Parts: sequence; C-alpha cells; structure tokens
Amino acid sequence: MKRAALFLAAAAAIFAPAASAQDFAITNAKVAIGDGGAPIEGGTVLVRAGKVVAAGAGVAVPAGVTVVDGSGKWVTPGLFSAVTDLGLWDVGAVDASNDTSADGSPFSAALDVSVAINPASQHIAISREGGVTRASVTPLNGKSIFAGQGAVIDLGADPNAVLVPRAFQLVQLGEGGAQLAGGSRVSAYLTLRSALAEARDIAATPAARRTDAMLTRADAQALVAVVEGRQALYVAVDRAADIRQVLSLKGDFPNLKLVIVGATEGWMVAREIAAAGVPVVTVPLTDLPASFEALASTQSNVGRMKAAGVKVALGAFLGGNQPRYAPQQAGNLVALNKLPGATGLSWGDALAAITSVPADISGMAGKAGVLKPGAVGDVVLWDGDPLEVSSAPVTVWIDGVQQPLGNHQSRLKKRYRDLDESTLPKAYDW
Amino acid sequence: MTGTLAAWKWSAATLAALAMTLTAANGEAKSKKKDGASSEAPYPSTYKRYPGAPTALVGATVFDGKGGRIDNGTVLFMDGNIVAVGGADLAIPAEYTRIDGSGKFVTPGVIDIHSHLGVYPSPGVDANADGNEMTSPTTPNVWAEHAVWPQDAGFTRALANGGITSLQVLPGSANLMGGRAVTLKNVPSRTVQGMKFPGAPYSMKMACGENPKRVYGEKGQAPSTRMGNFAVNRQTWLDAKKYADGDRAERDLGKETLAGVLDGKILIQNHCYRADEMALVLDMAKEMGYKVSAFHHAVEAYKIGDLLRENGVCSAIWADWYGFKMEANDGIPENAALLQAQGACVVIHSDDDNGIQRLNQEAAKAQGDGRRIGVVIPDEQVVSWFTLNAAKAMGIDKMTGSLEGGKMADVVLWNGNPLSVYSRPEKVWIDGALMFDALDRKRRPVSDFELGMPGEGDVK
Repeated sequence: MKRAALFLAAAAAIFAPAASAQDFAITNAKVAIGDGGAPIEGGTVLVRAGKVVAAGAGVAVPAGVTVVDGSGKWVTPGLFSAVTDLGLWDVGAVDASNDTSADGSPFSAALDVSVAINPASQHIAISREGGVTRASVTPLNGKSIFAGQGAVIDLGADPNAVLVPRAFQLVQLGEGGAQLAGGSRVSAYLTLRSALAEARDIAATPAARRTDAMLTRADAQALVAVVEGRQALYVAVDRAADIRQVLSLKGDFPNLKLVIVGATEGWMVAREIAAAGVPVVTVPLTDLPASFEALASTQSNVGRMKAAGVKVALGAFLGGNQPRYAPQQAGNLVALNKLPGATGLSWGDALAAITSVPADISGMAGKAGVLKPGAVGDVVLWDGDPLEVSSAPVTVWIDGVQQPLGNHQSRLKKRYRDLDESTLPKAYDW
Repeated sequence: MTGTLAAWKWSAATLAALAMTLTAANGEAKSKKKDGASSEAPYPSTYKRYPGAPTALVGATVFDGKGGRIDNGTVLFMDGNIVAVGGADLAIPAEYTRIDGSGKFVTPGVIDIHSHLGVYPSPGVDANADGNEMTSPTTPNVWAEHAVWPQDAGFTRALANGGITSLQVLPGSANLMGGRAVTLKNVPSRTVQGMKFPGAPYSMKMACGENPKRVYGEKGQAPSTRMGNFAVNRQTWLDAKKYADGDRAERDLGKETLAGVLDGKILIQNHCYRADEMALVLDMAKEMGYKVSAFHHAVEAYKIGDLLRENGVCSAIWADWYGFKMEANDGIPENAALLQAQGACVVIHSDDDNGIQRLNQEAAKAQGDGRRIGVVIPDEQVVSWFTLNAAKAMGIDKMTGSLEGGKMADVVLWNGNPLSVYSRPEKVWIDGALMFDALDRKRRPVSDFELGMPGEGDVK
C-alpha cells in the first residue's frame, strides 16, 4: 500500500497542473536566437509570464527576476520536432501500445490523432530531456493513402499536450502511396484527386452527396478543410517527378496549403518547389538509393534546396529516428561545408532548421522555435554547442516553466551506476 | 529512413532487420583425416591490395586505436603495411610522400562488426533481400557471402562518410542460428571473393529472444517461446557434438559450421538484448563447450558489465537505440560508458546502412553521456570502440584495428576530431591504397547500380 501511495504521489507530481510560469533570465550565455543568425556571445534571455521578452546582447534584467548564470553554456529556443509519432506509442512492436496506424479501420482522412496522444509517454519525457519542446504529431497510413489528421503539441510535463488538433492532413503518394492505392502511382493520384473533388462537392452541397462516393462521410468531411485551405495538406513523396505532380495539384485545387514531406530528390526540383512557395520537411542525412524514388539522394539535399529558396525543416522523426537526434543531424549539415562539392547549412541556418523553420511550417511562425519578443518561453540551456554530439541540455523550460527532467532511462542509469548487491538486490535501489 | 513515412512501419521486416545478428564460420572445417573437401577453404579470398605510394602523414593528432594518442604525430606506411608510428621526430625516408595533417586527425580504419550491407542492399527491394533464410530456426549451413551483392552502394557511403575499411556482414536474426558471417575489406569488387578479408576467421550468428520465437511461433512451430529457443539450440549443439566427435566423413554443411565453433575456429556473434538472457547464453556456451565472442544489440549489457568482463565477452551496441520492441525497452545512452567503467569490452556497431556512416559520432555521443554521469573516457580510448575492439571481437586484431608497425595500412585522415559532428573522413587508405579522397571526386567509388542514374558520382 505504501508503495502504491508513493507511486500515486509520484504520478500526481508528474501530472500536477502546469506550474505557473516563472520570470527568469539566463545571463552570460552564448545565445542562439533560432532565426538563422549566428550565436551571440555573452547574451541574455529574459522570459516573463511564459513569454520571451528579449534575447541577445545588452538586455537589461529587471529586479525581481530569477537569474540563471549561463557562463560557459549555450541557450537556444526549444527544438520543434516536425512530423513525428511522439506520444502515439510505448513499445514499437507491441501493437496494443502503438496507435500510429490503423490497418483495420473503416476510416482514413477523418482519423484524428489528438485523441490518442499520451502526455505521459516515456518518449515525450526523453525527447523533452533532449531539448524538444514542441512537435507536430502525425498518424501513419493504415490501408489508405490518407493517414489522417495530425496535431501540434507541446512536450510540457502536464496533462495538456495538444495545442492544435487537426492541424494537418497527411497523404502518402510515391511508391508507398501506390501500394496503398491498389498498386500504381496512377491509382494513387486519381484516388487523391477524386477524394479532394468529393470533399469540394460535399462542401458545396452537403445534402446532395452521391451514393457511390468513394469516401465515408466522415472522411470526405475531414477533407473539406483541406480543399478550402484551412488545413495544411502534408504530402509524403520523394521522387523528383512526384514532387512536380504534387505541385501541379494547385492547378485544380488552388486553395491547397501544401507541405512536402520527404522530398529525397527535392534538390533536383528545388527551383520549382521554391517558386510554388511550398515548404519541405525532410530527413537530412539520407544518401542511399534505398528505393527507386530515392536514387538521387544526397546529404546536400537540404543545403541545395535552401540555396534555391525553399523553406526546409528537418523532420520525420518516426520510430527509430528519435526526435532528440535533430541536433546531430543539423550538425552534420554544417559539417558538409568542409567538403568540396557538398552544400551544407551555416550553423545558424542548421539550428533554424530544427527550431524556427519547423515551427513556421507548423503554423507557429514567430511564436515558437525562436527567442523573439512575444514567442513562447521555450528555452533550452545546453552544456556546450547544441549541435555537437557531445553536448546535452542542462535545463529545459516550456512556456516559462522549468521542466522536471527524469524518465525510465534516467532511473535505470542511476540504479546501474554500480553493480553492488552486497546488501540487497538491485530491486531495492530506487 | 529514406522513404520517410513509407519506410516507417513496425513491420516484421523492419524488426527482422533490426534483429539480425550474425553467423559466420571458418571455411576450414576441422581438418581431420577423412575431412575431404572441407579441409580446403572454399570460396577463397581473391582480394589483392591496390597500389599505394609510400606515405608519411605528418602533423596530425594520431589516435592509434589501442588507447594511445600522439599530438603532432607521424604515421608511415608503404607496401600495404604500417611501417612506423611516432612523434614529430620520427625520421621520414626520402621516398615517402608527405601529407600535411596539421589540424587534422588520424585513426585506424573504422570497423563495423555488425552490418547487413550486400545482403540487405540498396535499393531495399524484395528481390535483393537475402539476409534471413527464414525456413528453419537453425540454418548454420547458410553463408552470408553467398548473398552479398558487391554492387550495394551502401559500401561506398560507408567508406566515404564513415571511414569504414573492414566490416562483418551477418545473416539476420530471424533464426536461432542464422548462418556464417563474412568479414570484408571495404574495397569495391566485381565479386564477393574480391572483398573477402584474407585470413579472417568466420563467425556464426546466433540470436536470442523475440525474433526467433516470433518468426517460428507464427508458423506454428518451435520455437514459440524463449524456452523453445534454448531447447532447439541445445539439441542442435548436442547433435553437432556427436558429429564433431565422430569421423566427420560425411559432409554436412550445418554441422561443419557448428563443429568449427566447437573447435574454436569459428567465432560466435550472438544477437541478444536482455541481460538475463545473455547470462543464460553464457551458461549454454559453457554447457556445450564454445565461447561467445560478442553479444550484439546488447542494450541491457550495462546491467551485467561484471559478468561480461569476467567472461571476456564484448558488447557490440548502438549508442542510444531503445524502445522499438519489448526487449529493447531498457536501452539507455549510458550503456557503453557503464560497460567501460566495469572494464568490459565495448564495440560500437551499426546494424544499419545509415548508421555505418557515423560510428564515430555514435561513439562520441556515448562518451558524452558517460561524462555526464562521471565516467570520463578519453578520446583515444573511445576510438578503440570502433577500431581495435571491433577487430578483436572479429578475430582480425592481429592484422588491423590499430596503427602499429607491421599491421595493415588501413588508415583514415579526418578533417577534424572524429568525435566531433563537424568532422568527416578526408582520405581513406585500405592496405596502403588511397580508396577515398574527399578532395578528388574521382576517388569516390560509384557502384554499377548508380551508373546512368540520377545523382551518379554526386557527393553523398
């Protein structure tokens, strides 16, 4: 009973209503704003009432504000994890714990992940400890090219994770979409266009829905916001030719708010993507011809797209591609600058690709992923260069609230710091 | 993760790939009098080193792979071998070409003990998926080298971005005994024989836990539980011992491999996640009379660092993978550091065609995670995690894995500290031949598959 009581107390601590935001300032730190600029030596970040007030050099700290000495440390905005399955699974291969997709569901586009996100997920806690403070959570495809609707969340240690439910719809095209649509790209494109047309019809004359419609009513209804441009349409494609096809969708459906996810061959059509003003969320270190739609993959993909004017975020942190890997991936893009023929990112742009740019693509431009006045007080204090593999966060604030660090992994590492069982088994060491 | 969403499914195929461990065996089965054909090593290596100039790397920081560090060091190699390693005062004979390594770093060639390049190549299509012979829970009779596709572009990426000079290609982990692994030099070749590491012992891959019981349990056959895993293994070993103790006159491919293990000529590379299960395997090895060389994917090794040290078994691990299946639930980023603190052998492995390009970074992450819990491991020791320790567990440490006079000149010149995210291989030599040069685009291998395709010869 005592153990149970303690457990409940611990659970209560984890799920206590959000502590009120603290006014604080980090001083004497190397401050990276997240907007693409270089880090600022001896900078200050001031957060009040959960929002950033100022960040940079020469920021005055008002009386009564808690001061955190950042000497020898770095400060960044919280990382924004674009297109992730955080909070939707516990153990990947344990089906009962995994809500990422629904092979047997009669629904597709109407599926809404916001109802399944678990704020107490270990992976959220572990990602938070890695400096990730916000994310766009996506469903994955079951039996349809439409995976369903994703949500924007914060990773705060409180019960309120979902900030924006139904923030986007995800559709899978390319090789994966072709298989889902019955066996060919031809069918996948027709399926998408027919569905969007159906949504347009149902929006125009809700009562006149034809009985031979392809979609369930709920799915068609869910796509109305997509055709009307009120909800972003994330399209997963990799091949250059598929990207061109996706961009052409706007000819028939001019209000679509497209985001391309994947874009492994994006560099080959970078100017067209830039001209269409369509942002990209990509996996940056892909460099193998892993499929026939990824033949031209290269780690220079991000740098080349960025140079052509495309808005590119690192993302697709799904399954084994953990959200806490984002800084390492960004750092690798900086490394490319030393290789002849390769195109990387500046340090500032690399940080932006995991902070402000994904926040912008997710509908939080200027509000998250950046240390600008008025932005959310998501701040990470690091023990070194945040993009360096040897570094890690020291303290994480979300909405100005200092986050408790600790999770299953940190409990294990404490228990097994030594292997001494001379007095009692390890099970008593907690 | 190339196909992003398309590629991401917690499918059986994914798990099988994750789970793959290894098998390998020595081509030489026990040479008893009646051993017939098996006394000759079949499918022999035809690899011959490529020409290389006598080379002196000067002015770089040298991590020798066996725990040593020389600032402003000198590394000399010619005719395929390391000639000498020393400081700035080391005499350099006139015929050596000097390469200025100021501000740069030199390590032994990187070695991946756990790869499926060639047997699960790119593109990842079913037609090329040859890494798991999932038709029997024990297939010690199959050899990975009979499925390695030398045109896998993954070899070239591992060379250029990862500095990989040697690697062990293993069968997958669907089976309790997956078959023989093959150790390769990472040199492009028209044939797998042209890549085989001359003189490397074979290994045999074994697998514990979820994969074998799932794969065969779903077929309604043994094993369907961990009990079954052990029962099938033990009976297979007993049958093999009977064969090995006999005259071995009648050839039996599976038993030849198992007899090679019992003879100590073929190493065991055992995929095993859980600490309790590793402890049971160690007892099974004692019961049957063989030795485990390394536990692969040993995410819980930190719980039994003492036991692993006492048994002289290496842990071949990722830096921080966890959570993708139940037996990976207790993986922690401090695994490597805690093992090192216990004096146990650490090897950083990839099991992944992307991860193999960054073993140095994975090691650096594990080093940082150790430092934060007070386990401080110098750079020069961390480098051994992806060089000499891997060589030891593969049985090739007398030939490569460290920069020592007389060893193979498998060398990487890095454009910065290899434990930094900002560093990449600038030049890679295999047996003294320059096989990659970031400053010369024609020293970048391009596989047959990529010719005429979008991106041919691009930086990757």
